[in-house]
Amino acid sequence: MDILVLGDHERGTPKKITHQLLTAARGIADGAVHALLLGPDAGAHAEQLGAYGAATAYVWEHPDAQDYATEPQTAALLAAVEASGAQVVLYPGDPLLSDVVARAAVRLGAGVVTDVTDLERADDALVATKPIFGGDMTSRCQVTPGRAQFLGIKANAFADEEAGGSPADVVPLEVTVADEARRARVVEVVEAEATGRPEMTEAPIVVAGGRGLGDAEGFELIEQLADVLGGAVGASRAATDAGWYPHQHQIGQTGKTISPQLYIGAGISGAIQHRAGMQTSQTIVAINKDPEAPIFSIADLGVVGDLKQVIPALVAEVEKRGS
Amino acid sequence: MRIICPVKRVPDTAAEKKIAADNTLDRDGSEPVLNANDEWAIEEAMRVKEAGKADEIFALCMGPEQAQQTIRKALSYGLDGAIQVSDEGCAGSDAPATARVLAGALGDEPWDLILMGNQSSDARTMLVPAMLAEYLGVPALTYAKRLEVGDGEVTVDRETPTGHQTVTAPTPAVVSVVEAINEPRYPSFKGIMAAKKKPLAVKDLAGIGLAADDVGSAGAWTQTLDIAPKPPREAGEQVTDDGSGAVGAEAIAEFLVRQKML
Ligand SMILES: Cc1cc2nc3c(=O)[nH]c(=O)nc-3n(C[C@H](O)[C@H](O)[C@H](O)COP(=O)(O)OP(=O)(O)OC[C@H]3O[C@@H](n4cnc5c(N)ncnc54)[C@H](O)[C@@H]3O)c2cc1C
Ligand SMILES: Nc1ncnc2c1ncn2[C@@H]1O[C@H](COP(=O)(O)O)[C@@H](O)[C@H]1O
Repeated sequence: MDILVLGDHERGTPKKITHQLLTAARGIADGAVHALLLGPDAGAHAEQLGAYGAATAYVWEHPDAQDYATEPQTAALLAAVEASGAQVVLYPGDPLLSDVVARAAVRLGAGVVTDVTDLERADDALVATKPIFGGDMTSRCQVTPGRAQFLGIKANAFADEEAGGSPADVVPLEVTVADEARRARVVEVVEAEATGRPEMTEAPIVVAGGRGLGDAEGFELIEQLADVLGGAVGASRAATDAGWYPHQHQIGQTGKTISPQLYIGAGISGAIQHRAGMQTSQTIVAINKDPEAPIFSIADLGVVGDLKQVIPALVAEVEKRGS
Repeated sequence: MRIICPVKRVPDTAAEKKIAADNTLDRDGSEPVLNANDEWAIEEAMRVKEAGKADEIFALCMGPEQAQQTIRKALSYGLDGAIQVSDEGCAGSDAPATARVLAGALGDEPWDLILMGNQSSDARTMLVPAMLAEYLGVPALTYAKRLEVGDGEVTVDRETPTGHQTVTAPTPAVVSVVEAINEPRYPSFKGIMAAKKKPLAVKDLAGIGLAADDVGSAGAWTQTLDIAPKPPREAGEQVTDDGSGAVGAEAIAEFLVRQKML
């Protein structure tokens, strides 16, 4: 059983999640593992994926992969499935790639399991474990036997371990894109100023702030702590609603779900809708001045105190220990 | 222009959840509500209509009879009517099966734009919008935080982790929205009263050209083996700061060292 990993990259450099997916694939494969990277520069460093066990790295660098939303990439994914013969595809839960997977799954009649945190081989089937209902419960599920299996793997669920393989065979894909697939056209890409911080859903450390920060400037404290720890910045809905931080950083039921190794929440009460997006974090630290704040009931370490005092002291402490 | 808003009945996140014997959510055991993300889609549809760019908005729901409560809630925002697919065969549908039912229900319906939430709070697959678009053979503009309806085309700002992409497509199209797109209104008393009298067409699977084993658990492409409650997270240690930040900072730093994160 060959496995195809739909990876992600940043201007040609494979992202950590790609390495995590390849490591997960090695754990369940009894055939070869292949990778697919889409978009301009996809092939720039694709051979490096061999170190994580990819025999082949399919790449599709055509401008169509970037200038049109989703449908040309769907054609590329289908081409890679065909070229590799893989009946199992692992992909990151990234929204843009999820759309590609959704369309490709419908065309192939493939079953899709999202948010997978563990994979196990049972006879011929792959049994996937995933949190459901905001992490209140855990479900084990599988794709109906006989169908191709598309499995969305949660960031940080698997380690990224090198396997010491030789460089991957980089294979440019030939993809035929129908005119119809160019109906949705990207006319502009607006990027916020580069912060150098990792992406929130993939980061091993997330520092999140809420209403307790008092105002938008309060987020400077959160950013400082995130930066000394090398983490990403998250926010509660109270903070994004108030316009203190952009919505894409919102954690919770109507925002994003994260499962980092470490979540630090400051000035966040821990309402159930917020917990639905972060309670599967491996370690939870909370700073709140109210000892009764619900976040403390799920925190591994709770500090009752004023974040305006605790965070600057913590930043200094981390800097001191780091140097 | 006619807009369709798919709406889902979901358990209230704050309510206790029970699992039925067949591994599906016991939807009667947990307070059902209108999926929050669909409210932003409804609000956006209302704004398009109020700007004179749409004539009619219809809700579309796959759900059992009790879901009519949710549909009426959707109508109370000022929608013109609703279509419901209600059939025992729908139970246990996964994302592709849900998309097949929603697409099937639109078989004989005129529509130009589908406006929906980007995620349901219970299943949270974020797959249904793109799958629905695939079954309908139209483009999908997902994760929209801004929508502009033009003449025969729609343009959205599609939220990305670092900003947004502006994407445009001809109609008919599917658009899914994120919370940042607007601030939904509250239904007015007039709207709530009017919702009771709005037309609601109830269809079964046969009526939309699907067989019972095309969808539901029989037609799903994934199977749930079991569901188990997660052992509740225990509260760990709690430290009270001395007011200067020093005690709290020291506690966290020591903790991070013990966790080998520092
Ligand atoms: C349908 C629905 C969906 C929702 N979706 C989400 C979601 O996706 N994400 C989300 O986060 N919320 C969501 N919510 C909102 C949620 O219910 C809470 O209202 C929200 O999470 C509160 O944010 P907060 O913790 O920042 O603010 P608050 O609840 O106001 O808490 C602020 C906390 O800061 C503390 N504090 C104040 N000053 C200080 C200080 N100087 N030092 C230390 N601590 C201080 C206070 O003690 C308090 O505990 C949703 C709600 C609904 C109804
Ligand atoms: N049973 C349903 N009836 C109507 N719409 C649905 C249903 N299930 C999902 N949807 C729509 O699909 C969106 C995304 O849901 P999901 O893919 O489950 O996260 C929701 O916001 C709804 O608009």
